[in-house]
Amino acid sequence: MSAINLKANEVQIREVRLGSITGFSGKASELVGCARKGKLGDRGRSFTQCLGCSTSNAACTVILIQDGAVISHGPVGCSSCFHEFAFTYLVNGGNRGLDAPTQRRIFSTNLGERETVYGGNQILADSIREVYARTKAKAIFIVTTCASGIIGDDVSGVADEAEAELGVPIVPIFCEGFRSKIWTSGFDAGYHGIARKLIKPPVNKQPDLVNIVNFWGADIFTELFGRLGLRPNYLTPYSTVDQIAHSSEAVATIQICATLGSYYGAALEQLYGVPEIKVSAPYGIAQTDRWFRELGRMTGKEKEVEVLLAEEAERYLPRIAELRERLKGKKAHVTAGASHGHALIAILRELGLEVKGASIFHHDPLYDNGAISADALQNTVQDYGEVPRYSVCNKQEFELVNVLNRERPDILLARHGGMTLWGGKLGIPSLLIGDEHFGMGYKGLVNYGEKILDTIENDEFVKNLARHAINPYSSWWFKQAPDAFMKRGEE
Amino acid sequence: MSGGLIEQARYTCAIGAMQTVVAIPKALPILHSGPGCGTMVAGFFERATGYAGGSTAPCTNFSEAEVVFGGEERLKEVIEGSYSVLDSDLQVVLTGCTADIVGDDTARIVREFRDRGKPIVHAETAGFKSSNYVSHSVVVNAIVDQFVGSPEPGSDRIDGLVNVFATVPYQDPFWKGNLSELKRLLKGIGLKVNILFGQESGGVGEWKSIPNASFNVLVSPWYGLEIVEHLKEKYGQPFFRFPYIPIGGNETTRFLRDLAAFANESSRAELDPVKVEAFISREEEAFYLEIQSLASFLLEFRYGLPAWTQILHDSSYVLGMSKFLLHEVGIVPKELFVTDGVPEQYQGEISALLEATSEKKSFTLSFEPDAGKAQETIRTSSHNGRGLLIGSGWEKALAREKGMDYLSAANPSPVRLVLTTGYLGYRGGLRLVEDIYDRVLATYS
Repeated sequence: MSAINLKANEVQIREVRLGSITGFSGKASELVGCARKGKLGDRGRSFTQCLGCSTSNAACTVILIQDGAVISHGPVGCSSCFHEFAFTYLVNGGNRGLDAPTQRRIFSTNLGERETVYGGNQILADSIREVYARTKAKAIFIVTTCASGIIGDDVSGVADEAEAELGVPIVPIFCEGFRSKIWTSGFDAGYHGIARKLIKPPVNKQPDLVNIVNFWGADIFTELFGRLGLRPNYLTPYSTVDQIAHSSEAVATIQICATLGSYYGAALEQLYGVPEIKVSAPYGIAQTDRWFRELGRMTGKEKEVEVLLAEEAERYLPRIAELRERLKGKKAHVTAGASHGHALIAILRELGLEVKGASIFHHDPLYDNGAISADALQNTVQDYGEVPRYSVCNKQEFELVNVLNRERPDILLARHGGMTLWGGKLGIPSLLIGDEHFGMGYKGLVNYGEKILDTIENDEFVKNLARHAINPYSSWWFKQAPDAFMKRGEE
Repeated sequence: MSGGLIEQARYTCAIGAMQTVVAIPKALPILHSGPGCGTMVAGFFERATGYAGGSTAPCTNFSEAEVVFGGEERLKEVIEGSYSVLDSDLQVVLTGCTADIVGDDTARIVREFRDRGKPIVHAETAGFKSSNYVSHSVVVNAIVDQFVGSPEPGSDRIDGLVNVFATVPYQDPFWKGNLSELKRLLKGIGLKVNILFGQESGGVGEWKSIPNASFNVLVSPWYGLEIVEHLKEKYGQPFFRFPYIPIGGNETTRFLRDLAAFANESSRAELDPVKVEAFISREEEAFYLEIQSLASFLLEFRYGLPAWTQILHDSSYVLGMSKFLLHEVGIVPKELFVTDGVPEQYQGEISALLEATSEKKSFTLSFEPDAGKAQETIRTSSHNGRGLLIGSGWEKALAREKGMDYLSAANPSPVRLVLTTGYLGYRGGLRLVEDIYDRVLATYS
């Protein structure tokens, strides 16, 4: 278990804190086994393609906070993709009960050569004040970048000084891209900043309030929790600064994707005694039953949970059985970030598909809570059996292309942009679902099952695409093993 | 370059010029940078992978180890791997902040590969150095110096062959369509064209013939000037410059006449003036036939159409669109915001060009890369009648708030998909009209 230390400006990166890795090729059970024995060696690569960046993931934890503003302290390019979060906020606001979602306030200190030589403290200090004058935000978040990190700007000092003057939290988030090979370290950095500056000690405990650390999926929990006499507190997208401050008053914290919310959950438990659920998220029937029962136990709603599960089963099992019949024997490949990838594997297996392989971006042997019961890959393997070709691929497209070309599954399930294209180019029906709640619970299996059937059925487009697709990969590469560029053992 | 606060940036940093490479058929960008730079660029432009950009582009993904010990060995590995894994005709290594701050000798490593006969080039594109508007020239000049080099022995100047530098690919969302129209127009008046970017270029073979051109054509208020000045110095080629995107009948005709005159005065292109005029008049005829249909609609539509416009775009589009909309569509430009971070020395000319648009009207022009500030001005502005807001995806919500018509025509824009549409030239002008009134009419019934 990693100890949450709010005195430190920066959170340790995942490689160090959790022993997470970005290179593995083998069976899923082997990966789980190594992790349990503490023998998880990483494998580097001699050839690599563009990765994601911690700064984007950190930004995604704070840009969608209703009444905040975000400053990227770096060259203007370090916030170039943030407009996508602004788009998401407007588009999905309706799903979260916001009638008039407001434009996101996204700034850059636009560091130039002069600041890179003489330092960017002054420009940051001026920027914070200007941003406050423009936005009157309830909190201002500063995400750092490679440039600000290397030149050694005193971001904490500048932030604290501005905070004392302005009287609103100024939250530095240290998420320089070069610090971690695992860009989900950016989530941890964001939550560390939030835990240091925003979350307040509980005043009135709220026994029906349950924290949900998630992205921006549709609100399914108001209805589900309503049946249990509980209320969801979605964190951090679409929350307010005040709502985050009071997240310490909740009765429990649940994870939709432990890769995302690991640090937030652990911080609330360690600092304010809010227990975090320590089983995997409710994808697939086995996990759904286990997860709801655990939630019932934590909140004293055991009886209500049994009623809910029985109702859900009665309502959806017949349709799930039909879908299983139609999907039986179909082969699938999954590519996704860690924990949600494990969830997708569970969904596919529950629906009777065969998961021949998975290309998962990184692997956390355990999450911050240290609970073996929360290991999503272990749970998926125990519930549904082996994934024979499991690779930790670090979002390396060339490895995915190679694997897909060999495997030729009936469907590719992806979670991240940029990866589905290659399914399509190879003529493989490909499906990306952005809403992380889409596959949850019994209903989620019906949702996915129907969508998968549609996708497999509607394959004319990808078959045509495959006939005409442009392929930059060499014929040599397709003849090599997918892990040909992975170095052996520890770097 | 020194920094300063900017909200809702409309361009990206220097390494965004990886898209300049992506725009050359079968060219491969290789990033020697932090792990997220390529993703940031991909996220800014969206749907801009091309042949091998986006998640395909090789990258050294600088980590703490490279920051401390240098990343030169990593770069060698990644370049080697790129040759095995990907097929490409030209490789351009672009450095990010990390590589340039720690001082890797990227040029030396790239030279070693070039000495082995590889078509590989290096460009310094650390994000803090400049915007992608500026670094576009850095990348093009690097390719010229390190790949194109001297003219092939025995190959002469080709009379009437021109190199075209008219747009920053991808930063200009309409670059493909614009270049396609430009090529058609230039061929129409009798020139031979190296268009250099996009599917209508002949790829790296065409780049090799850059020194054979008799002159260069630049369509830009300021960016790209460093390219044509460099080519003038290197190959002794003069350049013709038109200082904004020509849209519609008046401006396209002016552009073609000026260009034809230049070609005959400053090079041995020997364009036949009769054929040039014949081409122009055919084009104008087709253009104004459509404008007549537009006029009957503009004059007779009874339910309300935009009478004025506010534009947030780069200097080229602000000038080109303002002239076109005022003269040929009757929409009056009001507050105009130039968002491309124009260096001070070019601002005077841009203001003067705008003022010259009308003898009757003056315009409110702001050089404002801080688009958040520009939006605040629009928010508090007020004009009679119905208005049209032209800008990036950021403006959609503002247009709704202000009850304005809205056209997405600048980056970044998640609310519009552009494939090969162009706004340059006679055809581009008609397309711009279609797009504006398509949005307007879609608000009815």
